[in-house]
Amino acid sequence: MLDSVTSALRGLGNRVTSRIWRLGFASRFLLATLLYSSTSFRRFFLTIREIYFTGVQSLIIILVSGLFVGMVLGLQGYDTLQRYGSSEALGILVALSLVRELGPVVAALLFASRAGSAITAEIGLMKATEQISAMEMMAVNPIARVVAPRFWAGVISMPLLAALFSAMGVFGGYLVGVVLIGLDEGSFWSQMQASVDFREDIVNGVIKSVVFGIIVSWIAVFEGYDSEPTAEGVSGATTRTVVTSSLAILAADFILTAFMFRGA
Amino acid sequence: MHALKKHRIQSFVSNEPLVKISDLNFTYDRRPVLTGINMTIPRGKVVAIMGQSGCGKTTTLRLIGGQLKPTQGEVRVAGRAMHELDSAELYAMRRRMGMLFQFGALFTDISVFDNVAFQMREHTDLTEEMIRDLVLLKLNAVGLRGAQDLMPSELSGGMARRVALARAMALDPLLMLYDEPFTGLDPITMGVIGQLIRKLNSALGGSSIIVTHDVQESLQIVDYVYFMADGKVVAEGTPDEIRASDKAYVHQFVWGEMDGPVPFQYPSAPYREQIYGAAHA
Repeated sequence: MLDSVTSALRGLGNRVTSRIWRLGFASRFLLATLLYSSTSFRRFFLTIREIYFTGVQSLIIILVSGLFVGMVLGLQGYDTLQRYGSSEALGILVALSLVRELGPVVAALLFASRAGSAITAEIGLMKATEQISAMEMMAVNPIARVVAPRFWAGVISMPLLAALFSAMGVFGGYLVGVVLIGLDEGSFWSQMQASVDFREDIVNGVIKSVVFGIIVSWIAVFEGYDSEPTAEGVSGATTRTVVTSSLAILAADFILTAFMFRGA
Repeated sequence: MHALKKHRIQSFVSNEPLVKISDLNFTYDRRPVLTGINMTIPRGKVVAIMGQSGCGKTTTLRLIGGQLKPTQGEVRVAGRAMHELDSAELYAMRRRMGMLFQFGALFTDISVFDNVAFQMREHTDLTEEMIRDLVLLKLNAVGLRGAQDLMPSELSGGMARRVALARAMALDPLLMLYDEPFTGLDPITMGVIGQLIRKLNSALGGSSIIVTHDVQESLQIVDYVYFMADGKVVAEGTPDEIRASDKAYVHQFVWGEMDGPVPFQYPSAPYREQIYGAAHA
């Protein structure tokens, strides 16, 4: 009895310490990535190439999802607002929901699934096929050459994708509210324009998406670089990237919102 | 800075052995992988490190390349202890080394041409025209000038190995490291790779270390052989000495005998006992 309790406690302790150790390793890895980032900017074409793979190739999923999320917001928002006779405020509801929350959060979740997993799989496979070792033996630092450009590409792409997501969402809301339901176009746009504050709403949304970009890119490159160099190792790392990124995005969103929330 | 560079160049052209391994021990996860390894790789020679899978050959190669640090002892390349180098010095040293990985390790997202040009673009200020000429020269040396536009996924195993060889010698290294260069190749390609290794060593004027378990192919092209088993050097000599060796392990390895010091059966309970149960044994 005592033995099984001791062994359970030991197992728990092991799991906790290994998680903490891994977090420390991930932090050192982030530090090294930042330290060796000069190549990503000096030879910016390396980063541009990765922006194409992570950002541009995520456009379809971001734009289509943004459109549908905006359309659903339009329908649900109209249904609720019209009960209180404020259906004209649909533009405000759609825009604020998207710019403050849904744009950064949903775009980041989609980005983690589409681009984060791809980055992890690519770096993991490079490791498994000894391409990372080959680079080291060719006196080329893989953190500077492989990791940092992908990290910065994610950080740069994320706010742009979130902005496009929100723009498409607003357009989706317009399609449902104005074109489908027949709300007044002028009041839809003018109320939106009057109520959305640049500093409080748009800049805060951009700050969120930049933070999410850092989180997703960090997790993706770290999981890839730290993966076991086997098929199972790479598949496990890819799954961890999506799961950890998604949870981290939602947790970070709560913390950021709590700091940004004015209660007014 | 200039004096330092001059020292580095001199250390690569002096008469001392290019690689000297002394009392090398390496432990991984508290498990001894290498114990008391001593090797000397003279300049201009091709040396093979042979042994069964898991005997520590590739670990030795990684210690020579500075990818691992010894637990005890040292690896000296061109007079410098690899584990004492800081990262800038280590990278400077690696520019004078080339390594061929077991399956080529070509960068799969760029073409054959770009793979060979990779190091030239990273480490030199050569113009694209010059890089083009040099890449074609290297590809011509391995017989694949015509494959410059192909992607690695379009190459056969042997072609990939030859492209990797062209990439490894891109900066004319003085020390070439080969990790199982013959694995998975057909006899013709195996012969081609073997001849290329020998010719390149003469052309570059440096030394080559081949880690392999392909005995017959290697013995034709190397000058000296170290045999490893269980993380130790168990025999060494010229190819003729190795062929004539009466050491049981070497004999079994060279002639591919089924049973010997390396048993056919994985350690297990007695056969009779396992089949009939302990009571009937």
